[in-house]
Amino acid sequence: MKALENNEGVSMTAKLTHLERLEAEAIHIIREVAAEADKPVMLYSVGKDSAVMLHLAKKAFYPSPPPFPLLHVDTTWKFKAMYDLREKAAKDAGMELLVYQNPEAKERGINPFDHGPLHTDMWKTDGLKQALNHYGFDAAFGGARRDEEKSRAKERVFSFRTASHGWDPKNQRPELWNLYNAKKKKGESIRVFPISNWTELDVWQYIQLEEIEIVPLYFAAPRPTFIYEGGLFMADDIDRLKEVMGEVPEITERSVRFRTLGCFPLTGAVESEASTLSEVIQETLLTTTSERQGRVIDKDAGGAGMEKKKQEGYF
Amino acid sequence: MTEQSKDSVYQTDALIAEDIDSYLETHQHKTMLRFITCGSVDDGKSTLIGRLLYDSKMIFEDQLEALSSDSKKVGTQGQDIDFALLVDGLAAEREQGITIDVAYRFFNTEKRKFIVADCPGHEQYTRNMVTGASSADLAVVMIDARKGVLVQTRRHSYLCHLIGIRNIVLAVNKMDLVDYDQDTFDRIVADYAAFAEEIGIESFTAIPISGFKGDNITLAPSENTPWYEGPSLVDHLESVEVLSDIAADMPFRMPVQWVNRPNLDFRGFSGLIASGQVKPGDAVRALPSGKTSTVKSIVTFDGELDEAQAGQSVTITLADEIDCSRGDVLCVADDPPETADQFEATLVWLNDEDLSVGRGYWLKLGTQTVSATVQQPKYRVDVNTMDELAAKTLSLNDIGVAEVYSDKPLVFESYAENRTMGGFILIDKITNATVAAGMLNFSLRRSQNVHWQATDITREHHAQMKNQTPRVLWFTGLSGSGKSTIANEVEKKLALMNRHTFLLDGDNVRHGLNKDLGFTEADRIENIRRVGEVARLMTDAGLIVLTAFISPFRAERRLVRDMLEDHEFIEVFVDTPLEVAEQRDVKGLYKKARSGELKNFTGIDSPYEAPENPEITVNTVAMTPEEAADHIIQQILPLK
Repeated sequence: MKALENNEGVSMTAKLTHLERLEAEAIHIIREVAAEADKPVMLYSVGKDSAVMLHLAKKAFYPSPPPFPLLHVDTTWKFKAMYDLREKAAKDAGMELLVYQNPEAKERGINPFDHGPLHTDMWKTDGLKQALNHYGFDAAFGGARRDEEKSRAKERVFSFRTASHGWDPKNQRPELWNLYNAKKKKGESIRVFPISNWTELDVWQYIQLEEIEIVPLYFAAPRPTFIYEGGLFMADDIDRLKEVMGEVPEITERSVRFRTLGCFPLTGAVESEASTLSEVIQETLLTTTSERQGRVIDKDAGGAGMEKKKQEGYF
Repeated sequence: MTEQSKDSVYQTDALIAEDIDSYLETHQHKTMLRFITCGSVDDGKSTLIGRLLYDSKMIFEDQLEALSSDSKKVGTQGQDIDFALLVDGLAAEREQGITIDVAYRFFNTEKRKFIVADCPGHEQYTRNMVTGASSADLAVVMIDARKGVLVQTRRHSYLCHLIGIRNIVLAVNKMDLVDYDQDTFDRIVADYAAFAEEIGIESFTAIPISGFKGDNITLAPSENTPWYEGPSLVDHLESVEVLSDIAADMPFRMPVQWVNRPNLDFRGFSGLIASGQVKPGDAVRALPSGKTSTVKSIVTFDGELDEAQAGQSVTITLADEIDCSRGDVLCVADDPPETADQFEATLVWLNDEDLSVGRGYWLKLGTQTVSATVQQPKYRVDVNTMDELAAKTLSLNDIGVAEVYSDKPLVFESYAENRTMGGFILIDKITNATVAAGMLNFSLRRSQNVHWQATDITREHHAQMKNQTPRVLWFTGLSGSGKSTIANEVEKKLALMNRHTFLLDGDNVRHGLNKDLGFTEADRIENIRRVGEVARLMTDAGLIVLTAFISPFRAERRLVRDMLEDHEFIEVFVDTPLEVAEQRDVKGLYKKARSGELKNFTGIDSPYEAPENPEITVNTVAMTPEEAADHIIQQILPLK
């Protein structure tokens, strides 16, 4: 972001905007981890928050490429458009892309239709733990934000996980000023959230100002959709849907977009005409339901769903 | 709920719907303010924050739906919406009905984005309040109008002041429950003013509010307080000056985080500018080396900048190749900060385990990490009375003043001058916990005046003349494990090999150098520190030093290891099970300890922390002292 406009050589201290401050803070966090961790990695989910985080990493180390790889913990059930952007984004950043799929989930054919919450547990929660152990990463950047969900509001920027990846909300290290304590024992790891203090609106606006490429599914377009258990979904891969659902659902073309991207059968679409960033932001601001509501995961286990997932090691 | 709070400041829906681009243009130029809310239990902090979020439409319909169902289930407001439930996040505290950790919340008004740290009011959670306050530009101190200024109000105000918050808002809440009575409000303000003056708070802004009903939150005066002439809470929050804007007018300092070196032609120094401004052509100095150069360019992803200021993350290239790495500070050439290794500091203790006077901790300040020891506190502060009390140590939530010595010089400024250059954390070297927050007050004169005397005959000379590599063979183990016996054997064998050695024995040292020390934890730490210093001097003289001390604590052995050159410290673990040592009981000490005649005896009523990765281990059950000595010699022979 262009922070200062120098008016005909007249020195002035412009007041930094909130986005400029958030950007500087995130870059500072990313550099601290690169300097203090032995083997950091950036978790990359291909969503808009990941896109912003990757962009910030590029900025933090320019003109060098970021000194760590990207890791995608894959479920094999992501939207096709996400896989396309994943390869391109890593290549553009000059970063190595690691893809990890839980071999056990793969072998057992775990899928969102037959296995419900087990799908998330095995592919994502277990998959992430396995991937971090497999590669020996001791610090992992994640794109979580404090405004997403109640228990996230109390998350530290540097969040410590035991050797078994557990999170103990009562035993977190105090974080003062912008001094982050990255010391840890062998086997322990840190999850680091550089965009903790960003809101959904901040993320959208930053994407617009910085012209960051995001998955086209965030914009409305005519897409093949079906209704399943009262939710609206996109038929991204009809062959696979048929395989797991036993039949091809009734498909109707609707103008839809996604507010959040996960596995295509778990992520609800919304009917929308918003095909530009401005329109998407407009719709987001005027909407009356919160972002994660399209995801099934938070509703498990009542109000404490996400907190429980985190204690078990979910990001 | 009054309707007035929904007007004006948040009325943006129409603009969003009609002209999203101009709305975004406005939002893009908003500034950001961080503030904390603190107060006693039940003062209504969470309710106030819930209200701010609600009024700024940061609560969505599904959250509201969940909220009203939760309110009926566990809420304390009858059938009304309990805003507190919205912000009290973790399951444990939802059950207890209290806030136990710092929660960060976000809302926008027309002018600003706000980050709110909701801080708990309980005494045992002072550490969380200090955490929340450390990054805040402003503090909202909440008072229950029915209760007035309480001990906790004083404590929180003191902490806010201590951590350097200059903007304090006294929010006199629950005015609806005292019939919006002006006299009540005036009396509370007068009480608080007297106290504020006592502790050095220069000014504050008092606002009568009702977080529950919404009075004077967004619009002032509320129709219920026609006598109030000041701003609404939100108006005030929108107009206060932000900390890092103030920092932009101070001298330039940037702690170097990262040296960016993509190829041989580019060498940039990356960091977050702590204070001041910088532009190409400026003369800068790198500390602690003191080397100067000029700024060649300010490199960012978006192109080179003509100027950068406090609060921006940048990469700076210099005209000359000067030595500069992570931990160094780039600053304006003619007005550099100080460099010193002894300080007076104010400490807030954040950990369950007390401060160990003399023990080595990691000290992190900016991007500098050094090993540091804390001396016995000069005093601790009773945060309820502000009295200075004598203290031997600091415990969880204690605030005290003590001298801090670092093993390497630190580039710093007093915390009062520059938060980034004067604020630090202490980290336990074993548990890695963040155990204290510290604020440097000033450097001690003796550290400025006592310089290292450079001698012409160096330690290398001494070692060469003896034709050996100086080492410290540090024997550690329980009393009666055989440390002295084995060390004595090793020394005899080394003497036969024409090595120049010296054996420091625990009992012998306590007859002279350390005869003023007892056996408390603090005295044991000092005992080992002195022995470490003596051993270091002897290695400077080129000797191979053998020490035989129980040295039960890992942190102290670590301290000595850190004093010496790399690889010079060889930890020899004399591994004897307690039962065996107790059975031997050569000096009859175990018997005395068991009978209670001897206190703080290692293995009985004081812990022994076995080495985790000793260079050498000898098992005295399986080996005779002679065999153990041979084993040790074998291990160190390759070292010459």
